Amino acid sequence: MSSERVRAGRYFMMGNEACAEGALAAGCEFAAGYPITPATEIANRLAARLPQVGGAFLQMEDEISSIAAIIGASWTGKKVMTATSGPGISLMSENIGFAVGVETPCVIVNVQRGAPTTGMPTVGVQGDMVQAKHGSHGDYEIIALCPSSPQEMFDYTITAFNYAEKYRTPVFILSDAFVGHMREEVTIPEAETIERVYRKIPSQGTDPQKIKGFLDEDVAPMPIFGRGFKAHVTSSCHDEAGKRNLIDVSSLDLFVRRLSNKILKHKEDITIVDGNYAKGDVVLVSYGPVARAAAAAAKDAREAGFPAGTLRMATVWPFPEHEIEKMARKAKHVIVLENNLGQMYPYIKAAAARFTDVSFLAPRLIGQIHDPEEIVRKIKEVIQ
Amino acid sequence: MKEIVHPLRRFVRPSVTSTTNCPGCGNGIVTQSILRAIDELTMDIDDFVFVSGIGCAAWIPSPFFNADVLHSIHGRPIAYALGIKMGLPEKKVMVVSGDGDLVAIGGNHLIHNARRNVDITVICVNNRIYGMTGGQAGPTTPRGVKTTTTPYGSFENSFDISRLVAAAGASFVARWTTMHPREMTKSIKKAIRKKGFSFIEAYSQCPVQFGRKSGMNGSVQMMEDYRKRSVRVEKTAGLSEEDLKDRIVVGELVDIEKPEMVEEIEKTRTRAVRRPC
Repeated sequence: MSSERVRAGRYFMMGNEACAEGALAAGCEFAAGYPITPATEIANRLAARLPQVGGAFLQMEDEISSIAAIIGASWTGKKVMTATSGPGISLMSENIGFAVGVETPCVIVNVQRGAPTTGMPTVGVQGDMVQAKHGSHGDYEIIALCPSSPQEMFDYTITAFNYAEKYRTPVFILSDAFVGHMREEVTIPEAETIERVYRKIPSQGTDPQKIKGFLDEDVAPMPIFGRGFKAHVTSSCHDEAGKRNLIDVSSLDLFVRRLSNKILKHKEDITIVDGNYAKGDVVLVSYGPVARAAAAAAKDAREAGFPAGTLRMATVWPFPEHEIEKMARKAKHVIVLENNLGQMYPYIKAAAARFTDVSFLAPRLIGQIHDPEEIVRKIKEVIQ
Repeated sequence: MKEIVHPLRRFVRPSVTSTTNCPGCGNGIVTQSILRAIDELTMDIDDFVFVSGIGCAAWIPSPFFNADVLHSIHGRPIAYALGIKMGLPEKKVMVVSGDGDLVAIGGNHLIHNARRNVDITVICVNNRIYGMTGGQAGPTTPRGVKTTTTPYGSFENSFDISRLVAAAGASFVARWTTMHPREMTKSIKKAIRKKGFSFIEAYSQCPVQFGRKSGMNGSVQMMEDYRKRSVRVEKTAGLSEEDLKDRIVVGELVDIEKPEMVEEIEKTRTRAVRRPC
């Protein structure tokens, strides 16, 4: 890794720019996108930085072609990404399913904004949490990470690339306008200290007729283009060799299950949660920038004599139900905090409600981060 | 006796023993033109990456061509091809798909990549109907033709695809019909060699859908119609739009040199290294 790729040092940096620097540090070689508030700074930075390291950023005619182009480039062996906001994700959705179906590593950044529809572009909400999981048609699993700070925009972008390569799958960064536009200290470590994962590729000279490049729950080596593997890549129902099968339902069953199991089987490795709670606590469950308000509120509550803890989900998909259950067994009460009307709440409740009471708290106004005082009031309310 | 093997069989995936084409389909003629062009250029099929979308024509390279093939979703193959070309600039990237895929749902990617003049070759098999879904009207269906979605006759104007692509900025545009397989092969050879966005529109009969709907009951009759209606582009000088109304203007409509995008990007890399921002 050149020093041009990884500009080690301490910076005062915007979240979106930290994301772009994270992509470079992870080894991103190609990106494509379409301008959209509040994600555009990622494209701007990649357009300036990628050509310096032999890569390229292309501004496309829309978000559909943006993700199509990065999927195409990923099949040539490149590490790739795109960045957009909710409206762009809506347009990309069909192609995201394609990337899942043909097991293509790619990173998709969604800097979420006020929605539905055109909404309020410069205001952060967490409105696309379930879209990331279910936006494309059919049953599938996805990986999604939620950063809470510019530093995590850098760190988790690298993690996202590593997961994408390791599991041959699209990985979402679910940020929002607050984190994307936030400026804070960001430390970029020395290049050699950064862990980088590269996808497995069949060894050169492997007989193309014998390549099984798909549908392995432990992730098949990717028969990338240009190496003589004669890969037949189709998003139609296919077998391990990529051979289309549109008749046999048992083939469809394998197609659906194996792709899902590929992620679920490795959930433990993918899950990142920060738990800071003790037995008998009221536990605040949150993610993204709301987790910062939750941490402040828990501290205030404890200082006021109310036992409170936090659980922050950095990995939201695959949903970390095991960690939620573990927490719920100890908690006196679980309060779910989201800057939306309760998107992850049903999932959290389903995992936690067997063990303890679960309630939901939206911010006073959707589009604001919760005031820690509001959260403390809620903690007192559930205790009394 | 030695088994007779078609000389182009070596370009076909060994596991493939049959096609999904209907009897009389023009896909086979277009397929031969593509493979003959590669053969006559003495190229290897592994010099190519093929990309297709959704529809009957998209099944020409997938799974038949024994090379790297990306069979993508409806309308987007050119956008996928662009990404592949970015990653493998030394390979020939060829898109083979139909008029519905490339010009209706995918029209935006067609014109923008012609404008960019990306070095890819696009073969558009134009049967003027949606074949796979059972004969619906498309943006290439002539006015008045009854289809399953225009049962009282199509009331829309249709695209002249080649002129559209030419206007958008492609370096090479040729149109032929399945009655012109030798000319088509020659133009595909030129298209492959062309540095820039090269486009072949191949009028191709769909006797099962378009034929039935338009009252032309068979591929022979449809191809005979192509022969009668075709006029070479060289012979259109002085002819009005009205004169050419029901004619198919065939030949090489555009063959020019202009900056190609992937090469231009390489130049920006040099600038970015010299003067980083």
